[in-house]
Amino acid sequence: MEFNFQFDWQAAIDSLPFLLKGLPYTLLISFAGLAIGFVIGIVFGLMRIGPSRWIRWPAVVYVEVFRGTPVLVQVLFIFYGLPTLLGGPIDALTAGIAAIALNAGAYISEIVRGGVQSIERGQREAGLSLGLSPPQTFRYVIWPQALRRMIPALGNQGIVSIKDTSLFSVIGVGELVRQGQVYIANTFTALEVYFMIALLYLAITLSLSLALSLLERKGLVG
Amino acid sequence: MNDSVNRQEATQASGTSPIVRLAGVNKHFGRLHVMQDIDLSVAQGEVVVIIGASGSGKSTLIRCVNGLEPFQSGRIEVDGKTLLPNGASGKSLQAVRTEVGMVFQQFNLFPHLSIRDNVTLAPRKVRGMTRRQADATADRLLERVGISDQADKHPTQLSGGQQQRVALARALAMEPRLMLFDEPTSALDPEMIGEVLDAMRELVNDGMTMMIVTHEMGFAREVADRVVFVHGGQIVEQGPPDQLFDHPRHERTQAFLSRVLKH
Repeated sequence: MEFNFQFDWQAAIDSLPFLLKGLPYTLLISFAGLAIGFVIGIVFGLMRIGPSRWIRWPAVVYVEVFRGTPVLVQVLFIFYGLPTLLGGPIDALTAGIAAIALNAGAYISEIVRGGVQSIERGQREAGLSLGLSPPQTFRYVIWPQALRRMIPALGNQGIVSIKDTSLFSVIGVGELVRQGQVYIANTFTALEVYFMIALLYLAITLSLSLALSLLERKGLVG
Repeated sequence: MNDSVNRQEATQASGTSPIVRLAGVNKHFGRLHVMQDIDLSVAQGEVVVIIGASGSGKSTLIRCVNGLEPFQSGRIEVDGKTLLPNGASGKSLQAVRTEVGMVFQQFNLFPHLSIRDNVTLAPRKVRGMTRRQADATADRLLERVGISDQADKHPTQLSGGQQQRVALARALAMEPRLMLFDEPTSALDPEMIGEVLDAMRELVNDGMTMMIVTHEMGFAREVADRVVFVHGGQIVEQGPPDQLFDHPRHERTQAFLSRVLKH
């Protein structure tokens, strides 16, 4: 057996300017998708514990559908499938953001539900007994505590969704992986380029982890 | 001082009508009949202590008074507002809660807020007080319960006894007309029970109307105007503490007291 390869650092560094053009797309899809997904998650997560089955039921269906199907299938459906229904094209960036939002939204719904349900019943009773209305009790007593407990799980979901955006190279969004594929097609430096792409994802996800752990630590005191 | 004078005037103005009146209240937990035709009135300024074994329905009884427990039939009047069965009370529910303070067994302080903010939250959000006004009230009340130097801390940094005194100050900040206590010392280490009872004693001296569920029989005998013994979801016997503790008429009461007073 004879190994005959070498890692070409120069090639890796040379690819960086081209790869970095994909970074804004990766970040945009991730953060826009997660921001919308967070709103969806709050709405459906709270519906999930709502007072009537007519409120709970749609939330259950939404969560099961978008949690139970692959995000790749979801984005393909949105990008290639939906235009047939709508009668007009959907651009790849929008499709990517929508897929992340809907997929992360389903998971975040469950995180929100779990976070709110984890708050002891006595907290709600104390708020109500002081004369706070049920919405005030939720806003000032339950939600701040629930949100704090949700941070680790939300961070986890954020990291998963950021990595999921790499799948959207298949619909031609010029994000990190897509840029890499284009670059490799001309240079045949797959080893170096995918290594650099992995490093870039790691840089994004580590930054997020760090930011969240700071937030969590601050949250314990403040 | 001023407050208790005002209260006496209010009592006279409203005649002798009770501040709390439960009439024919029934509550079921599934097949369990936890409150059976409960009739109970509490007069302005009266201290009523409710005793009974665990599971007798005594906590459920006072939790009905501020609508934390729904009930299935009968009616409850609190300070002129009516609570109806099956959660049909509508707006009077929140109106009652703003007039009725409650102290819980597990304190239930808000762990994400400072001690001061625990006390000011409801006055600011419900009464519309400014932060400055609410802070002034909070600091006065915290001093009264002996916690003034801890106002910037968070609940978990306080002992159980201190937390319960903060819970008392928090309830008093809404200037309630009636205070409910649901086993306020049952979760405390023995050496901290005294400080909480002292704070409650002070409230009794100020003329506060109080309904207290407790296992502290000595305290009950000392502060109660009336002791109510509950068993199996029914009021079995009630009367002045001396009569009920020394000459209980009902055998259930005798049996209960002989168990709790022996040790």
